[in-house]
Amino acid sequence: MTMLKEGRPTAPQAVTETASIPATATGNRALMLEEALIFEIGSTDTTGVDLADAPKVESRLGNLARADSIGLPGLSEQETVRHYTRLSRQNYAIDLGLFPLGSCTMKHNPRLNEKVARMPGFADLHPLSPQSTVQGALAVIHELAEWLVKLTGMHSVAMSPKAGAHGELCGLLAIRAALEARGDARSVILVPESAHGTNPATAAFCGYKVEDIPATPDGRVDRAALKARLGPDVAAVMITNPNTCGLFERDMKTISEAVHAAGAFVYCDGANFNAIVGRVRPGDLGVDAMHINLHKTFSTPHGGGGPGSGPVVLSQALTPFAPLPFVERQGDKFVLIEEETADEHHAASFGRMVAFHGQMGMFTRALTYILSHGADGLRQVASDAVLNANYILRSLDDVLDAPFGSSGPCMHEALFSDKGLAEGFTTLDIAKGLIDEGFHPMTMYFPLVVHGAMLVEPTETESKAALDQFILALRSLAGRAKAGDEALKGAPYFAPRRRLDETLAARKPVLTWTEPTQAEAAE
Amino acid sequence: MINNVIPAFAGVTKRDNIMRYLPLTDSDRQEMLSVIGAASVDDLFVDVPAEARLSDKIAGLPDHASELAVERHMAALARQNLSAGEAPFFLGAGAYKHHVPASVDHLIQRGEFLTAYTPYQPEIAQGTLQVLFEFQTQVARLLGCDVANASMYDGSTACWEAIGMARRITKRGKAILSSGLHPHYVSVANTMARFTGDALVHEAPTLDAATDIDALIAGIDKDTSCVVVQYPDILGRIADLTPLAEAAHAAGALLVAVVTEPVALGAIKAPGHMGADIVVGEGQSIGVGLQFGGPYLGLFACKQKYVRQMPGRLCGETVDAAGKRGFVLTLSTREQHIRREKATSNICTNSGLCALAFSIHMTLLGERGLRELAALNHGLAVQAADRLARVPGVKLLNESFFNEFTLILSKDAREVVRNLADKGVLGGVSLGRLFPDAPQIGNGLVVAVTETVTAEDVEVLAKALEEELA
Ligand SMILES: Cc1ncc(COP(=O)(O)O)c(C=O)c1O
Repeated sequence: MTMLKEGRPTAPQAVTETASIPATATGNRALMLEEALIFEIGSTDTTGVDLADAPKVESRLGNLARADSIGLPGLSEQETVRHYTRLSRQNYAIDLGLFPLGSCTMKHNPRLNEKVARMPGFADLHPLSPQSTVQGALAVIHELAEWLVKLTGMHSVAMSPKAGAHGELCGLLAIRAALEARGDARSVILVPESAHGTNPATAAFCGYKVEDIPATPDGRVDRAALKARLGPDVAAVMITNPNTCGLFERDMKTISEAVHAAGAFVYCDGANFNAIVGRVRPGDLGVDAMHINLHKTFSTPHGGGGPGSGPVVLSQALTPFAPLPFVERQGDKFVLIEEETADEHHAASFGRMVAFHGQMGMFTRALTYILSHGADGLRQVASDAVLNANYILRSLDDVLDAPFGSSGPCMHEALFSDKGLAEGFTTLDIAKGLIDEGFHPMTMYFPLVVHGAMLVEPTETESKAALDQFILALRSLAGRAKAGDEALKGAPYFAPRRRLDETLAARKPVLTWTEPTQAEAAE
Repeated sequence: MINNVIPAFAGVTKRDNIMRYLPLTDSDRQEMLSVIGAASVDDLFVDVPAEARLSDKIAGLPDHASELAVERHMAALARQNLSAGEAPFFLGAGAYKHHVPASVDHLIQRGEFLTAYTPYQPEIAQGTLQVLFEFQTQVARLLGCDVANASMYDGSTACWEAIGMARRITKRGKAILSSGLHPHYVSVANTMARFTGDALVHEAPTLDAATDIDALIAGIDKDTSCVVVQYPDILGRIADLTPLAEAAHAAGALLVAVVTEPVALGAIKAPGHMGADIVVGEGQSIGVGLQFGGPYLGLFACKQKYVRQMPGRLCGETVDAAGKRGFVLTLSTREQHIRREKATSNICTNSGLCALAFSIHMTLLGERGLRELAALNHGLAVQAADRLARVPGVKLLNESFFNEFTLILSKDAREVVRNLADKGVLGGVSLGRLFPDAPQIGNGLVVAVTETVTAEDVEVLAKALEEELA
């Protein structure tokens, strides 16, 4: 027998032809693994947990034992870890790279926040535990509340709203309660056309008629038109500041004064607070209520869609109407004011808007983040966020149309339009091209006031090197879209999926998995 | 045991102005300003009226602090609390302590899940989207419905969204709420009704072994949009919902069922199979944890024919340009970002990560594990109920229950709960706290027993109750 001496090849052969990438038998592509549904790989008889045997007792389920098969597949622990790990790799995330989704403030999510939120003293507390046993948790809510009040220059804060839209609801309910308390039934809420969809949806939900406020050509609320519309039927105006075009509403203070003079209230959508934290206090602009998305400005992770948290800061005029529950400091004790503990001076509260006391898991994270930054760091957050956005605006406004680029600096986000792209090329093509370049696309087609809007919010946690690479990619894509490079219309090429058919999904909705019929299975 | 001094955070200011989450250097900032054509960052804030511009950081607040300093402060606050795992623990009433397998928390912390946004770009969000599709299917099957959405904030908000949906479907404005519905859910519905103009009918529960199903049936009339009933109810009682569904349907009304303990559905019939049109719930008890009340997980499911009136996001199956199966957010013409003031709800951000945790935990359990878990909970609860009912001064209210039951004590349960807490026993939720306006049921104590409760815990509670009631 002779030993083979030549071994394995250690240098690749030169590749000339990239078009002939072979298909694989499994559909996998090395690290890119296809993953079937749990319903296709699991079984109702498999479990990944081991539980003690149930004691033998006579059942007291009221003769309602569940006899049918529920149809819930299980996987072993190892298969479960693999299933979700594989799926996770089909997601883009802020941990992977720039996620410049305008209006969403996708900043770095510090891991200290995660560690703190998981301390058993916070994570393993029941919301109805006796108050003497949760003083530290109430202290967290109180300490965070104090920060939010000081950072915004407002009078108080309602902590229980579960997200920004829920905060809008809180603010409008407080406004409605305040108006009702003075016997003043008003029916209209004014909302700019550039507003986020949650604003008109919330106003309608509270029983108000929504009317648009026109914008000026420079992308701001038309102060004169707004003033002209004010009257005894207007309950409130909802203004986003900085607004969804990435611009500061210069006239906010005079608008507030006019609104107040007309007996109405000012609701500010604070989704974009990141741009001004530590540099401007909404309380100084005459705002009566504003939600703060802790999952934006204060870095709590967005988790692929939530959870969020939307505390609402309130002016003195609205404070008596704040929802239950809230935390009060009484001497060296913290007291949770709820139905049981409320007394006369809480009588005007408009009630409870959620079971329990809000998003504690987000409070611990946000407070951790706030303490990490401190007053000086938070001011720097706004400065760097605005600097990064302006850097993007000025590095791209020669290749992409910036509709408000000539009206001065932007705040935390840079807005572009599809003007000037070759016939048939759209914002969507640029967005999908960015995917191939390794970036999450910007917010597209929002705000609705700009054609083919591309709203880029880099946030302060991006380095200059990351911004430069993003600019490089976007300049290249703008060039391709203007030159009419047909290949761009097929993008993305390198993502786990090519463009998906949303029309089909809506026309024939398949919202749950069903076992294939025999005919389908035979295919 | 707990030292009640809450530390004040002084901050630990560092020598320089380097902050660990801000990567720009001063020379980067200078270079970028010159590209922009601005002399300083202040120049970028020119649109802020001068009188509203803060010239310096806000006074009276600490400066930035090191990771170590912040962790120390937060850990000190955490130590001021008595956590469920440190005590014999029996609290439920809408939030339950269950063992969550270690891999759940590991997986939800993968950055690709944790730090992604709503899946607006489906080509690079198939991970989240497939999870949502699986979640929707798991929830629909568990609750016995055709379809489920991709989550709401929590059970209480899902409940009032269901009331609103019933109004849209029936075009009627009177909802009848069972006395066995969680009082916080009732409060939330009341708050909303005050502004939406719905008329709500509701009374506090009475301490009877039977639920109020018969009274609910008697109350249904031609103006009724829906009947809202909790299953098992706030006192732990379980009733067959079939007659209620029939009565509601006969009058053209809907049945909304609320499940605050979904583990129960591994043992008892699903509300959807008893005729409920909309089934909502609190999903916290599977995978999510207690977290002092949030974030939690609103479950929302209904019959197929009502899907276009549903609130919240829906994920659906489709194909990509190359014909491969994939998933997208769909039917978004119901939602605020398309329909604005005509949307079915204003919800945007939901509870995605909690839905992931729920789905992973449910996958680990599988049907077999869920049934075993449910049987274990019920068995332990039966044993505990019988043991506690032998304590002098204690009576068991329930004839039927799953893992939670109501004890009627010989005195107001509020004080008993507080005194037990002083002894390090978290003994249950008093009805006085839940229903402060119904003193006639103040002696009721709601006790939950899950797989995390040991026989020793039950003994400790029994002895402590005996002392309290002596
Ligand atoms: C401008 C604006 N307003 C309101 C919202 C709604 O906030 P949330 O998603 O937290 O409910 C968002 C974010 O989605 C937003 O960008």
